[in-house]
Amino acid sequence: MLKNYFKIAIAVLRRHKFFTFISLFGISFTLTILLVLTAFIDKVVGDNYPDKKRDRSLYVSRLSEEGKGTMSSGMVSFYFLDHYVRSLKTPTDIAISSVFSGTNTYVNDKKIAVNYKYTNAAYWDIMEYDFVEGKAFDKQAVANAEKVAVISEDMKAEYFGDVPSVVGKYIEADNVKYRVIGVVKNVPITSYMTYSDIYLPYTVAKDGNFKDKGYRGGYYGILLAASKSDLSKMHNEYEQMVQKLPMEAKQYNKMYSHADPYIASYVDTGNENQSGVVLVLTILSVFVVIFMLLPTLNLVNINITRIMERSSEIGVRKAFGASSKTLVYQFIVENIILTLLGGLIGLVLSFIVIQVINSMNLIANLELSINFMVLFIGLLVCLVFGLLSGVYPAWRMSKLNVVTALKAQ
Amino acid sequence: MIRLQNIEKVYRTDTVETLALNKVSLDIAKGEFLSIMGPSGCGKSTLLNIMGLLDEPSKGEIKIDNQQTINLNDKQLAQFRNKKIGFIFQSYHLINDLQVLDNVELPLLYRDSTAKERKQLATEALAKVGLSNRVKHFPSQLSGGQKQRVAIARAIVGRPEIILADEPTGNLDSAMGNEIMDILLQLNRDEGTTIVMVTHDEQMAQKTHRLVRLFDGSQVQ
Repeated sequence: MLKNYFKIAIAVLRRHKFFTFISLFGISFTLTILLVLTAFIDKVVGDNYPDKKRDRSLYVSRLSEEGKGTMSSGMVSFYFLDHYVRSLKTPTDIAISSVFSGTNTYVNDKKIAVNYKYTNAAYWDIMEYDFVEGKAFDKQAVANAEKVAVISEDMKAEYFGDVPSVVGKYIEADNVKYRVIGVVKNVPITSYMTYSDIYLPYTVAKDGNFKDKGYRGGYYGILLAASKSDLSKMHNEYEQMVQKLPMEAKQYNKMYSHADPYIASYVDTGNENQSGVVLVLTILSVFVVIFMLLPTLNLVNINITRIMERSSEIGVRKAFGASSKTLVYQFIVENIILTLLGGLIGLVLSFIVIQVINSMNLIANLELSINFMVLFIGLLVCLVFGLLSGVYPAWRMSKLNVVTALKAQ
Repeated sequence: MIRLQNIEKVYRTDTVETLALNKVSLDIAKGEFLSIMGPSGCGKSTLLNIMGLLDEPSKGEIKIDNQQTINLNDKQLAQFRNKKIGFIFQSYHLINDLQVLDNVELPLLYRDSTAKERKQLATEALAKVGLSNRVKHFPSQLSGGQKQRVAIARAIVGRPEIILADEPTGNLDSAMGNEIMDILLQLNRDEGTTIVMVTHDEQMAQKTHRLVRLFDGSQVQ
């Protein structure tokens, strides 16, 4: 029976090459978009190298002050983190790092674009970078403002070329020479809080703005709690601390700054009244639903137009003993075959697209891979939609009166 | 075998009521070969469809093999047709996407049977209509006469006791028409199949046991 359905399904698909193409294109294209999109999101949000203690960390990046008709908002300063945030009791430690900045450096008259960022020593305890060689700078080195650097694998290759070891060698950035003491595995730029080519002790920053006592500067803080259960306590303690802070200027009367989980901080819109997470999730869901809905509607449409074309077949099958239920079953099986075929093509397309994106190296250090959970869910959704798009037309077809069906040829 | 009592069929549109069949009663004995004739639109096909349980009468009763059929539901009707009745249509109604053998197997799909049994029965049926060498062909590769023979094979593959043929020779030239007619006659003679055939062709009708004429929905002979 199934074999027979399969035969006719394939025959119908082959006969209507154009319809088949449109259907398959719809399904596979949707699945491809979905898979590539989730591969991105997965990488951007889900990739936790080197930030592996995410489940017991809170992230501080912005601080806003508001007054009548005036507002000032920006990233927090080193002083704010090191002075006020450090006074909190719950965090066991605080990783502080600056936003990465770009500069150029020259090797054998070749210009290299370099991103560097400043960190404190605790940064290296909280983050779990994989060291290819050497080690991170410690408290002592930071206190002494030693001109040392941890660099990324890519930086090593670009600056020094193909050499086995670079620890002890000097790298120049912004006209300053730093002694390389460690090389770490690359971090994609999408993990913007931890990405850089060169990591330096904050004390060597030439502008010295880590001494600036204003609340705002160019730093992030990552607060580590002893355990997951301490997160809300840490969050509340942070909020209370912020409430007690004096305003920086008279025109302000409100201050906002939050210590949020990673996802919330990643999609922080800077708008106090609207959660970035909710917004992003809503947009994504709507996007996905619309994307999945399009091929479904398309399939329903195509299936309905096929009714008249296959009415003779329906009539004959009914005359020779097929009940309406059997016919619905047959058309659903046909649709599922089509959907699965589309799913398969979508999977192959996704692999290709992801390979192309990876090989083009559009985004530094970003290696996308297919999330198999998403693939599974995508196929499942395709299947459900295949069923849905098959049921209604099949039901309509099966209700056709035999005599009418046979006449309409 | 088939007993029709006071069958009426009324087609209604918003404004017009058309009486397609008017109190037709008919008794068809087991093993009988009956032909129905009449001008176009007189209700021949409607009568045949009602006999084949493809269409419901507006009034009246149909008994097939002594079984009342009026109250059967969709599934029961489907099963009943599958076991008792084989259909042959003027325009063949083969499924073009399927090979000849798969077309012939079709009625067997809707009853308990294994693929092997289906293949065997379909092959036998095709042998009976002389098409053993066309098993793997598609309908589009066959002539009209061959198509109708495939349709006959499909109608007889499930060994039904009744065959209803709606102008089976209507689309064929006389030579091919005679071939088809010979197959039907042989089927009736050798296997005792009850056959009801609607036809326009007086000559064909004369070869059957009995002739019923309809005029404007009423039986006139």
